[in-house]
Amino acid sequence: MDVEPLLLSLEAALIATALAGLVGIAAGAALASRRMPARHLLDAIFAAPMVMPPTVLGYYVLVTVGRKSALGGAYRDLVGSDLTFTFHGVVLAAAIGAFPMVAKAARTAFAGVDPTLLAAARTLGAGRVRAFLTVALPLAAPGLIGGLMLGFARGLGDFGVTLMIAGDIPGETQSAPLAIYDHVQAGREHAAATSSLVLTGGAIAILYVVNRLTDRAGGDR
Amino acid sequence: MSLAVDVTVERGGFTFAMTTTFAPGITCVLGPSGAGKSTLLGVIAGLVEPTRGRVALGAEVWVDTTARARVPVERRHVAYLFQALALFPHLSASSNVAYAVPRAVPRRERTARAMALLARVGVSHLAHRRPATYSGGEAQRVALARALAMAPRVILLDEPFSALDRELKRPLIGLVRDLVAEAGVPAIAVTHSLGEARALADRVIRVDAGHIVADGTPADLLATAGHDDDLTP
Repeated sequence: MDVEPLLLSLEAALIATALAGLVGIAAGAALASRRMPARHLLDAIFAAPMVMPPTVLGYYVLVTVGRKSALGGAYRDLVGSDLTFTFHGVVLAAAIGAFPMVAKAARTAFAGVDPTLLAAARTLGAGRVRAFLTVALPLAAPGLIGGLMLGFARGLGDFGVTLMIAGDIPGETQSAPLAIYDHVQAGREHAAATSSLVLTGGAIAILYVVNRLTDRAGGDR
Repeated sequence: MSLAVDVTVERGGFTFAMTTTFAPGITCVLGPSGAGKSTLLGVIAGLVEPTRGRVALGAEVWVDTTARARVPVERRHVAYLFQALALFPHLSASSNVAYAVPRAVPRRERTARAMALLARVGVSHLAHRRPATYSGGEAQRVALARALAMAPRVILLDEPFSALDRELKRPLIGLVRDLVAEAGVPAIAVTHSLGEARALADRVIRVDAGHIVADGTPADLLATAGHDDDLTP
């Protein structure tokens, strides 16, 4: 079995999940607040990557952070590497896939926290940040972990956006799904089957853990 | 120190307006659902913004809409016993109570204070258990201990005994009276029940449709009680 694309996918998905976790949990917390202006519109925009064709999404990303774009140039100046057609692009594609999963799960998890508990924390001397960190975050944790795991799985399995913005460069940007595509195109049935089985097993294991967490959060033991 | 309240809250066609002063001791605010009782508690705690008016504890102004002054909720040191109790479900009783002890206090001392308060309200055995395992009366006692753990300057009790049966109410009413007397601060308890008000309060204010309609001792209010009053303690 060709392990390198799997390891590259794992590494990219882990970094992407960390990035999407930071941004997605913050976005989910903001969207769960009724005070957030235009939250339904923002929710729709954040969730759009879940339903948009990967080619369209990839096109937008290329236009926004491609080599010729201002953002892409700024990134190259800052980091010393292009964002597109590098490993960074694989991470970005995985993060774009993971973000809506994390943000949606975070919104649901935070919306499920009883606001009276947060009010109680405030009356007991906690500022907004302490109330969030000590009450909202622990109570939302099962949902957040579930969202992060789904985001990781989504990032691990990304194909279309990765191909559009990172290409299919073996050893550099070739993730496991792209390697499987190449194996099939080249008639390497055994390699395609083995990698597919590993990804399928991983996906089922992740979904199983998410289901257990969801059940626990809902009190269904 | 007395708590002076002179506020108006306007929300969706409902107007709550109250001007009064709460002295140390227990004042019961009595009235039907929707009369504005919980709005009053929210304004005092800082959870509800008055449309206009002023709230001050002694010389310390908590809210003054004219001067645009506002002390945030967490700096008022108001012990608020919520109707739903709002115990943190992920924390044990000792951690729930210790949460209210100022963080400047070392952790060990916070825990010691929490344990002492749990003992004071008679639920030491719950120290390491989470709220899901408490009975109604036990939860009420833990919530009371937590509310008092911060050395409160005002105590707010929202329907404190509504979920309890008669046998559990009686000792808790005595406990609340003792704890408020020890704290020596204004305590405001809202209730539907004239019986509870009579057993608990030094003063009773009756509100209806957002306004005070009567103000006096429990005996005064009992004399003017309508037929629809719940007289069970």
